[in-house]
Amino acid sequence: MLAYVIRRLVLAVSVAITVMALAFILTRLSGDLALSIAGPSASAQDVELVRKAYGLDQPLLVQFFKWLRNAAVGDFGESYFFKDKVASLIRGRMPVTLTLAMVGLGLALTIALPLGILAAVREGTWVDRCVTGIAIVGQAIPSFWFGLILMIVLGLMLGWLPISGTGTWQHYVMPGTVLAFTAVPALLRLTRSGMIEAMSSDYIRTARAKGLSRTAIILKHALRNAAIPVVSIAAVQLGFMLGGSIVIETVFALHGIGFLAWESIGKNDFPVVQAIVLILSLTYIVLTLLADLLNAVLDPRLRAT
Amino acid sequence: MTAVLEIENLSVTFPNGTAAVRGVSLTVAKGEMHCLVGESGCGKSVTALAVMNLLARNADRRANRLRLAGRDITGLSEREIGKLRGASMAMIFQEPMTSLNPAYTIGSQMTEVYRRHKAAGRREAVDRAATLLDRVGITAPGLRLGQFPHQLSGGLRQRVMIAMALMCGPDLLIADEPTTALDVTVQAQILRLLASLQKDLGLATLLITHDLGIVARVAQKVSVMYAGEVVEQASVAELFARPRHPYTRGLLECVPVPGKVARGSALGSIPGMVPTISAGFQGCGFAGRCAQRRPDCGGAIPDQLLGAGHRVRCVLPQDAPSGNIAA
Repeated sequence: MLAYVIRRLVLAVSVAITVMALAFILTRLSGDLALSIAGPSASAQDVELVRKAYGLDQPLLVQFFKWLRNAAVGDFGESYFFKDKVASLIRGRMPVTLTLAMVGLGLALTIALPLGILAAVREGTWVDRCVTGIAIVGQAIPSFWFGLILMIVLGLMLGWLPISGTGTWQHYVMPGTVLAFTAVPALLRLTRSGMIEAMSSDYIRTARAKGLSRTAIILKHALRNAAIPVVSIAAVQLGFMLGGSIVIETVFALHGIGFLAWESIGKNDFPVVQAIVLILSLTYIVLTLLADLLNAVLDPRLRAT
Repeated sequence: MTAVLEIENLSVTFPNGTAAVRGVSLTVAKGEMHCLVGESGCGKSVTALAVMNLLARNADRRANRLRLAGRDITGLSEREIGKLRGASMAMIFQEPMTSLNPAYTIGSQMTEVYRRHKAAGRREAVDRAATLLDRVGITAPGLRLGQFPHQLSGGLRQRVMIAMALMCGPDLLIADEPTTALDVTVQAQILRLLASLQKDLGLATLLITHDLGIVARVAQKVSVMYAGEVVEQASVAELFARPRHPYTRGLLECVPVPGKVARGSALGSIPGMVPTISAGFQGCGFAGRCAQRRPDCGGAIPDQLLGAGHRVRCVLPQDAPSGNIAA
């Protein structure tokens, strides 16, 4: 297991370095930064001044390592637009997105796992068809539409929940539901297909021949083997949620990372965009690593590969 | 000799109309190895699964009598039969590579069945598992208990399956082609192990196989199955000395015997394939492939008792003293 962990760590670090290099190069490729910082009305002299002030006249490699060193201590420079440290901007927005993502994934798993298992053990019956139907409908409905419908029904008509903002926990119910709704179909279908495959396997026949209870057969023997692809996809979805759903944060006016990214892209605020891309990529890398480690705990065969 | 397993007139029909098992009757006594032999698809495994009540939910199982250690098990609920499975009757399968759960250690899977049925503590269960691993010839049981199935060879896994089946001290062990997936050398070891367990523990064993060599080596009694029916049943010595049913004879001719079969001469074979029999079928299922077919093969087939527990389902007149039991 230790060897496996070390191997995965080395891989994760090398992917992280590659991603950082890419994030750096891509922003340089998008045009002359000095020109865009100085603005369209700046003279050639001003541009040169800006170039010097931001260190853009130095060799690329030097710039990269400088940026890397600053990023390592959480210094992503200053936002051009918000006139604030990028790091503190992101720190201010992160709790909203983090809360939303946790509510979203938690809700999605609470819905998808039991329904997926139920559909699998009742394969081919009307229960299975209903559950599969829910998954298909869920996949087809756009989240902004579902969000608006929820707002109209729960927020305006019934007045049960606030329709925008982040003041109380109630503010997270609707956006969390919508976010969960986007994650449920994939999780549900993976759970269902994984469970169907596991339930028809030889070791389940053995478990039945041992006279184990149905609960033990389904939850202990089948689910553990069916969970592996579910864990992988849930990690990817959590990464996606932590990136902030631009659509959902916009619809519900939640000032999270997704909303920040949207604002910064629109305003050419490069340091912010670059920092968000970097943090998101690192989040993905860490989540994938965690998912792999969790899967290695679930399935001992993975530790050997 | 007390009968541990009594099957009388067992039939299994699937929803698509296939009559996989038709009127099978057999008895396995304490300390006896009864072999169920036949080609693939003849209903051997379905018979075994029907006894364990492990058939697909939509299969229709009927029997005049199905008794385990004197207790009727035909009408038991899933919960009640679950208490017998793994406790009084245990089963091992053909595929040792996939029959153990890859996610749990050997120890966890072995102790689980004991703790389920015996309400025993962890320590006691672990001790029992180690003792049994030792009994089935696995060295370093303590080490093996902590290992996962993928770390063991096929032969070892089948030994683990056997040890696991013995955890609760069952009366009946059903072994469904336990050596088919194994190397020949390992096959011999597993057979020797099964034979010794049956003798030492007085285990009633129902061994399912398609290999007459295995039957000759370990069985006391044999039931030859064809197309869902037992076509001939006898003690192993009797069956090999005086096979009566044309199918049994055909099977025996397919086995090469060193010294008896001249080099270069063709080995026997039975032309054709096992037919799929639908419910309501009348006559002999083997008639289509039989060299001694007669016009009356399509009618009711008598179950002829030839004495000494030798019975054969065939219309051909038998020379031995026979009592005729109408089918």
